[in-house]
Amino acid sequence: MSEKRIMLGNDAIARGAYEAGVKVSSSYPGTPSTEISEFLAKYEEVYTEWAPNEKVALEVAAGASISGVRSMACMKHVGLNVASDPLYTLAYTGINAGLVIVVADDPGIASSQNEQDTRMIARSAHLPLVEPSDSNEAKEYFKYAFDLSEKYDTPVIFRTTTKLSHSQSIVELGERVVPEDKTYERSMTKYVMMPASAIGRHKVVEAREIQMEKDASTFPINKVEYNDKKIGFITSGVPYQYVKEAFPNASVLKLGVINPLPKAMIEDFVKEVETVYIIEELEPVIEEQVRSWGLNVKGKECFTKQGEYSANMLKKVINGTDDCVFEKAVSPARPPILCPGCPHRSVFSVLNKLKIHASGDIGCYTLGAVAPLNVIDTTICMGSSISLLHGMEKAKGKEYIKNWVATIGDSTFLHTGVNSLINMVYNKSSATVMILDNRTTGMTGHQEHAATGKTLKGEDTYAIDLAELCRSIGVPNVIEINAFDVQGLEKTVKESVNSDTLTVIIAKAPCALLKGQKFPYVCKVDSEKCKKCGMCMKIGCPAMTRNEDGTVKIDETMCNGCGLCTNYCKFGAISKEER
Amino acid sequence: MNIMVVGVGGQGTLLTSRIIGKTALNAGWDVKLSEVHGMAQRGGSVVTFVRYGKKVYEPVCEEGSVDVLISFERLEAQRYAHFLKKDGIMIVNDTRIDPMTVVIGACQYPNGILEALSSEHKVYTINGGEIAKSLGNSKVLNSVVLGLAAKHIGFTKEEWLEVLQATVPQKTIEINTRAFEKGYEVE
Repeated sequence: MSEKRIMLGNDAIARGAYEAGVKVSSSYPGTPSTEISEFLAKYEEVYTEWAPNEKVALEVAAGASISGVRSMACMKHVGLNVASDPLYTLAYTGINAGLVIVVADDPGIASSQNEQDTRMIARSAHLPLVEPSDSNEAKEYFKYAFDLSEKYDTPVIFRTTTKLSHSQSIVELGERVVPEDKTYERSMTKYVMMPASAIGRHKVVEAREIQMEKDASTFPINKVEYNDKKIGFITSGVPYQYVKEAFPNASVLKLGVINPLPKAMIEDFVKEVETVYIIEELEPVIEEQVRSWGLNVKGKECFTKQGEYSANMLKKVINGTDDCVFEKAVSPARPPILCPGCPHRSVFSVLNKLKIHASGDIGCYTLGAVAPLNVIDTTICMGSSISLLHGMEKAKGKEYIKNWVATIGDSTFLHTGVNSLINMVYNKSSATVMILDNRTTGMTGHQEHAATGKTLKGEDTYAIDLAELCRSIGVPNVIEINAFDVQGLEKTVKESVNSDTLTVIIAKAPCALLKGQKFPYVCKVDSEKCKKCGMCMKIGCPAMTRNEDGTVKIDETMCNGCGLCTNYCKFGAISKEER
Repeated sequence: MNIMVVGVGGQGTLLTSRIIGKTALNAGWDVKLSEVHGMAQRGGSVVTFVRYGKKVYEPVCEEGSVDVLISFERLEAQRYAHFLKKDGIMIVNDTRIDPMTVVIGACQYPNGILEALSSEHKVYTINGGEIAKSLGNSKVLNSVVLGLAAKHIGFTKEEWLEVLQATVPQKTIEINTRAFEKGYEVE
């Protein structure tokens, strides 16, 4: 018997890629997709890399596919927006060897800026979309996605969701089978998308979709389980598990391929079953199509377009029953916060003191928006901090942004922030941009990037110098400073926001969670000297709380020893001692 | 069997649930786990689920279905107590970590959480932090708590230790084993 292992959905996808004979993978980290590339990097036979952004990643994978090897790119749902430019046209060119794009959606918004549904994009780009419902399916369907890709000459989107990616279930391991590389043949009409070729390829796209629609009812991963025919469900992905949990005796049509839909199979099912519910998280992608065929089903009039579903929720809506026996307590919220020793806290404490607004970006530092730091005013998408600030200046003039900065992390800056900075240089900005350089991609769990000097495989490589990069594109004033130098930061920020010269301040200090980053100190409060004024509490360090008498105390196990708090006690009550 | 592990990001709840899952897998059950990654992990309230049985569908536990709720912090025990089923039990690490909403004065940390919970549920408490500290490494707190929980979940002590020892870093096998045993001894 082959080996069985309990695997995270993302681990299983990586295993599927390995077994499918994938040779090239390029990705940009993004929760909940990140670990796929990290697991895949452990297989020596597969070339894996971090690209600076998802557009680059998809193009790298497409190049590998055109050259003749099975390839893939991984990203989160909003990453697909960045990669949309190549995506829509790759649907036209098709592939040479199999090309699969893993896209991780985040229903419930565990760690994202929106809740968009990738199935909508698959439909508009005319690309097939495959979706598994547990780890073993993730591995098996991933291999099947390559078969579909090669059979129909198309990139395939492989959709996962947070619940699938970050749940573990049992997987039966298989062997790696590497298909022979495809021969590359020059074909201008297939790979050079100028109007004459693109017009021809659009016909191919439509014909392909019609053919796939016909074949979809025979795809082995679209399955019907007939049980009690009074009630039935059409569903896919993790919601299938919710259906089975809540209604083990119902009939189920489980879709493995969501685009295109198996029309004949669905028509038969709806004919056979008395009441059919369509259970899909987020948008009514399946439902709207099924209704357009004139079939009578129940869907979003009963269920929300928001968040994750659950078995209990289905039972509540359909049966009107609730398994919950105890009342939910009202407890103080515990939102995520910057870690003890986080260099971002130091920067935000200074901006807060100077009453400066920040145009923010995507990363841990988005947490600079919440109390008690309250510094970040806007967060939209990767790289947008710099361009938003530029827009404000052009709308309202130089004076308006004298109490504004843009804050962006090192990895996010290289992702798309640098484009916005080029725009600032070109269009004569006077803004202040702060790159919070913590030497890693922090929020997603410490991935290397083009400025860290290491590849995804752990090899040494050239590390882009952010300061030199900024100077080379023409930023007239670039200042590098230690992120924990509170006095220096205060002076630098004041000067630069008040000047009319475009300035980039690179505040440098490694992420507190990186290995070996603990400072050799611990901070202690002298309760005799503590005046209970609470100034030190304004930095929002989770290691700091109050004693019953109102004096401040610092939890020694949580304290990272960064010493930021010592800067905010006027009475010298906090000291940094050697651990 | 539905087990829920809750705590504050960074306390090691994920590792604990993975050990439970592996132990159930070794015993031949179908197992599913659900974890939390990303932003929510940064000092926030974290929840992981472990489910095992003959056949498991859903990877999460539903409200009203949990057999054993393991909480690494008092307030988190209160927050998720309604997930317990009628005769479900609760293992609570008796410690207080103030959330930022309490630190900045927007909320008050509730008094008498354990007393209130004990009036409705069977609650077993342990001061894992103190025991871990007395063993010389405050990081083994989760092994202490797991030790106490293990006795109420089932499987033999040997089955637990086999997985624990294969999961923790080589250098810490001995201290984690002692930590687990300390928890296991608590009545």
